[in-house]
Amino acid sequence: MDFPVVAVLAATLTIATPLVFGALGALLGERTGVLNLGIEGTLYAGAFIGFLVAARTGSLALATLAAVVAGALAGALMALLAVTLGVNQHVAGIGITLLLVAACDFTNRQLFGGGQQTVTEKFGRLFAGGGIVAQYPMTFVAFLVLAPAVWWVLRSTGAGLRLTAVGENPEAADTAGISVARTRWTALVVGGALMGLGGSFLTLSVLGTFTLDIVSGRGWICIALVIFGRWKVVPVVLGALLFGLFDALQLQLAITPAFGSIPNELLIALPYLVVIAALAVRGRGVRYPGAYLTAYRRA
Amino acid sequence: MPSMSSTQQTAGRRRRAGSARPGLVAGIAVSALVLAACGGTTGEESGGSSSSADDGTISVFGAFATPLEEPWDGAIHAALTAAADDGEIEYQHVDDLGTADEMERALRDIIATEDPDVIIGDAFAAEEAVREVAAEFPDTAFAFGSGGAEQAPNFSVFDNWLQDPAYLAGMLAGGLTKTGTIGVVGAMPIPEVNRIVNAFTAGAQEQNPAARVTVSFINSFFDPATAKQAAEAAIAGGADVLFAERDGVIAAAEENKLPVFGMMVDQQEQAPEYVVSSLIWDMRPTVDAVVGAVADGSYQASNLAEYSFMKNKGSSLAPINTGTAFPIPAELTAKVEERQAAILDGSVVTPVDENEPAGSTTVGE
Repeated sequence: MDFPVVAVLAATLTIATPLVFGALGALLGERTGVLNLGIEGTLYAGAFIGFLVAARTGSLALATLAAVVAGALAGALMALLAVTLGVNQHVAGIGITLLLVAACDFTNRQLFGGGQQTVTEKFGRLFAGGGIVAQYPMTFVAFLVLAPAVWWVLRSTGAGLRLTAVGENPEAADTAGISVARTRWTALVVGGALMGLGGSFLTLSVLGTFTLDIVSGRGWICIALVIFGRWKVVPVVLGALLFGLFDALQLQLAITPAFGSIPNELLIALPYLVVIAALAVRGRGVRYPGAYLTAYRRA
Repeated sequence: MPSMSSTQQTAGRRRRAGSARPGLVAGIAVSALVLAACGGTTGEESGGSSSSADDGTISVFGAFATPLEEPWDGAIHAALTAAADDGEIEYQHVDDLGTADEMERALRDIIATEDPDVIIGDAFAAEEAVREVAAEFPDTAFAFGSGGAEQAPNFSVFDNWLQDPAYLAGMLAGGLTKTGTIGVVGAMPIPEVNRIVNAFTAGAQEQNPAARVTVSFINSFFDPATAKQAAEAAIAGGADVLFAERDGVIAAAEENKLPVFGMMVDQQEQAPEYVVSSLIWDMRPTVDAVVGAVADGSYQASNLAEYSFMKNKGSSLAPINTGTAFPIPAELTAKVEERQAAILDGSVVTPVDENEPAGSTTVGE
């Protein structure tokens, strides 16, 4: 059997898609100085709310919109806690993740509990049978629309510069007339919306169903990817692709006879080992945004 | 009679969650923890009568390590709920007791406040703790999912012995594959998964001696997106029939228009044109055996494995789908039905093999 290179590359893009949404969403907040550990819960909420609306209305457009709104609201909650109230960012973020995961599980049990899993409409693959480009619409959005757009906004627009200014030196930004609070709120709400969209990829594109634990730590991988990418769009996207590649590779190698003697556990750990190794190499001497993890109060 | 209500349960969990993160000021974050505590636990009461002592109905308490949405505990819960609906038992439950510590405390709580006749649950992750509590309360019957042996006088064990339907599904898969490769996606190489995968493989190879079966483990009980990617990898590796030991695989089969076999409950609804059949675990015979023995005073610790066997109606192959997008040869169905009859009348016993499928990779080339 020839090794299915094209299939592995296609799987790489699919696996990386929710990571690109999530990591770019996290990147926006972190560039303003706010680490949003609500990401895991926000992905979860996007996945569940998207599924819920798809199950109730049958409309994928509405479901996608609902996931975006749910993510934006989760981002707004993070902004309320971390920006307006100045709560410790770690505590606020983890609290939001716990809240959202539990609220979704609870609602899921109330509405869909017991027996058969509910299956909804889901996006089909475009260019089915087309090898690497046989992907869900959201994959094209992630790589061809979102990533270039975020890159351009951060690099070439006033909004992007204000974002970075607030993250590097909020006092200076404030003095220059930039509202630190408004900038951070905007970044967190937009970032949350992206996370919600990324979560909905799992239910509305990949599976068409919702199960507990559907996000399975992908949010935490996004957090690592942002640090790996040093808060820059291109390296973050490349990091997501790297993780996706090794995940796709290990799934394929596990059933390839020539690699049968490698312990399965080692193969499963491979993508994580690669990310950790990459972090260890690239993470050294990393320069964090100047106001990272710091609430801003006028002196 | 006041029962262990959901408020008591959640109050207990709320204390635990709260104490883990003391001094949390932000009101919303606190409510997050409260909700987190409630999330996994409903613990509502079902069953007809209000008191077990008055009318002699056996009271059963379910104590589950995972959320009920997990298919394994879901199957136990479904059987207990059905028994309660039939008026056979009075049933309460608590779930998501993820650690040995939580399980032990819940069991002690349950016995102290409710003193049920029977406690049913799963012990895999909390084997020692559960056995310890059982030894301390010999008057309560314990029946737990476990990989170990029974423990006198009151601790019985059961497990999902699905090798019979797995073998039959394997025969169907062997008959349906055109490429000669069948893809299995399972959780992790543990005995209760291995014996199902191995029986499936043996069935496939009886029907089609040249068949290759690729086995992927995702090392998680819940990661359907990865399970789907594993199925896609199997398809890229040549598989044209899939076995969904885990959730997520059916979506891959439907997208690629391939036959697939479901697990634990009849999953035909999930992809009506592609799910050929499913392996079904019915815990009702096990429940009935325990409850019956407790009711007539004959209960003692035993291995309840056989109550999950097909010949005792503890497991079955779901009706073979007649509306598939691909033809299922009549002679294949007939052969499977013939084997099923032989298993049911006891003339054939499906071998049990709990070894890890060879290298977690391709078996039988």
